[in-house]
Amino acid sequence: MGKYKITVGMGSCGIAAGAKPVYEKLQKLIIEKNHPEVTLEETGCVGMCYKEPLVEIIDTETGEKTLYGGINPEKAEKIFAEHVESNEIIHDWVVKSTRNDGSEENLFDKQYRIVLSRTGIINPESIEDYLNTDGYKALQKVISSMSQTDVIGEIKKSGLRGRGGAGFPTGLKWEFANKAEGDKKYMVCNADEGDPGAFMDRSVLEGDPHSVIEGMIIGAYAIGADEGYIYCRAEYPLAIKRLNIAIKQAEEKGFLGDNILGSDFSFHLSIKQGAGAFVCGEETALIASIEGKRGMPRIRPPFPAQSGIWGKPTNINNVETLANIAWIIRNGSDKFASLGTEKSKGTKVFSLSGKVKRTGLIEVPMGITLREIIFDIAGGIKDDKKFKAVQVGGPSGGCIPESLLDTPVDYDSLSATGAIMGSGGMVVMDEDTCMVSVARYFLNFTQNESCGKCTFCRVGTKRMYETLDRITEGKGKIEDLNKLEELAYMTKESSLCGLGQTAPNPVLTTLKYFRNEYEAHIIDKTCPAKECKALIKYEIDPDKCKSCSICARNCPVNAISGEKGVPYVIDQSACIKCGNCFRVCPFGAVEVK
Amino acid sequence: MDIKNALSIEEIIAKHAKEKGTLIPILQEIQETYGYISKEAIETISKNTDYAESDIYGVATFYSQFKLEEPGLHNIKICQGTACHVNGADTVKDVILEELKLGDYGTTSDKKFTVEHVACLGCCSLAPVMMIDGVVYGKLTPDKIRKILKSF
Repeated sequence: MGKYKITVGMGSCGIAAGAKPVYEKLQKLIIEKNHPEVTLEETGCVGMCYKEPLVEIIDTETGEKTLYGGINPEKAEKIFAEHVESNEIIHDWVVKSTRNDGSEENLFDKQYRIVLSRTGIINPESIEDYLNTDGYKALQKVISSMSQTDVIGEIKKSGLRGRGGAGFPTGLKWEFANKAEGDKKYMVCNADEGDPGAFMDRSVLEGDPHSVIEGMIIGAYAIGADEGYIYCRAEYPLAIKRLNIAIKQAEEKGFLGDNILGSDFSFHLSIKQGAGAFVCGEETALIASIEGKRGMPRIRPPFPAQSGIWGKPTNINNVETLANIAWIIRNGSDKFASLGTEKSKGTKVFSLSGKVKRTGLIEVPMGITLREIIFDIAGGIKDDKKFKAVQVGGPSGGCIPESLLDTPVDYDSLSATGAIMGSGGMVVMDEDTCMVSVARYFLNFTQNESCGKCTFCRVGTKRMYETLDRITEGKGKIEDLNKLEELAYMTKESSLCGLGQTAPNPVLTTLKYFRNEYEAHIIDKTCPAKECKALIKYEIDPDKCKSCSICARNCPVNAISGEKGVPYVIDQSACIKCGNCFRVCPFGAVEVK
Repeated sequence: MDIKNALSIEEIIAKHAKEKGTLIPILQEIQETYGYISKEAIETISKNTDYAESDIYGVATFYSQFKLEEPGLHNIKICQGTACHVNGADTVKDVILEELKLGDYGTTSDKKFTVEHVACLGCCSLAPVMMIDGVVYGKLTPDKIRKILKSF
């Protein structure tokens, strides 16, 4: 029997999918069956969320790796008995392996992993695992042989741009903070990942926290900061726990604290928990929040690089940006700059969700097309339905239609469509998704999250939401569309921060690419996607109904009546349009009209 | 949490006194210990720090994390993320509110459940999802929700 190491994916998604009982089962089996030579470890998210829980069996003698997907405790027991104890691979459950015989091998064909190079592979709570995979080598190189100017020059040359959304060149940002006058400077990591549909930063923090910390230490060195904060949202308890562990480990090894690696450079790092306000992703609002105030943005200039936390020069970078830094220092700016397009270098991590077959986390070189991501990597649309749109950039982004699927993914090409790169959330929508309802959804989000400082953002988003709500209720007027557009442009132009400036994007892009759906709601009083409850009704086709009574039994309001031998009927006045009957009918007799 | 052995509000304030920008960490710890920020808690913070009551109220109401009323025994967070939205989060809300006989988000009259919405739980691949007392439940259907609620 070979010596095996077993890892179980224990990111938030993995745990939610049931990884914990699988882990406990394996733990029990190792003890009960007396196999002390088998090691069991937790790991982060490898990106295959749709196949969670994931269990990997690594033969430490041959290096052979086998990743099993969709594992429950019973399957884990079988894997233990057959693979670990008898060296028999259970081929049907393999999703990826070093033998290339898994069902999901081509998931990785078009990916290039820098930021996600360790997630799902190392144990995030072990600094040894990080050190064994070139961890903190970049920091050693920086401290021993590079000046502040060298580091900034290298990052500038790499072409790295901020991954939080706006795409500002990172090297330039560091240069501003470095040149700012001040006896004290702060280095901050923005981990307030608030976009609904985005979970890249969470996965990196949960799966490879040291890579972010190493990036921060190098940044602090480059700008001359001796104190830093990671501002992480409280909704990510596992990320906070693992960051705390990682900070402590780095302090013990002398990577953090006073006189780092024997030099005269000192840097102290702590975590600040966000308290649930989307606007705190904006730099000046984030600073206000760290200072213990209401997180409201202020006018820039002065920029945080001149006057940030407590009035001191402050540099803020996003999680993914920082996770690129050590790789660039180790491998050189030229190698990084050879990836991607002319103006967008390197890779980008996207969280894919919605109506695609493979949901999860991917990292691709910039310049890849949306079509390649959705159809080659994500495997196309669930249930082979028709693609309608992909929402990129969260509440600040836009919906991109099929005709623009060959758009390359880079900052400038995505902006040209009316969407933005944003932080990397990508939600795919099919023919059953109503685009007016999607726009309404995002405006509901932004009007809730607007801090209220700027009138157009506070009132404009609310009025846009109300108008969209009316349209989905079938009470819209055709002149509403022009009013929506007018309000959208005014809100964009009259808001102080990125929230208000980009909040109208979902409205503008859906109006631009899916105006016909708006018109159908207003003129024909129909919802083409059959999603808007006020505009649809459920009916039972008497020819298909077999009077089985399943629909009536599942109706929460007893709106369906009938008897044996006679087709059932829905009482439209009592129906709440929950769709239960439609889902449960075994004969497809319930129709949406 | 066993309130008898928990830190008093004064002790929580003293614990954070040396930090800069202490207000949010103080409020977070009070809420974690007592479940919500009471009127008395706001008064106590004001007495023991430089913050005016109005400032504390301003901060506590700005952030969605803070609750000013005593919550129910179990906390249900319905995810309103984009992936959940396109996968039927509205139905999840309808079913939960109907089962718990609530007209809108809030606490049931028997103080057993508090229902809230959350922008995104980041478990988009399991959409639609909800979180009850910190545990995520995914791929929800009306039937599944009813069964989960009955188990409490």
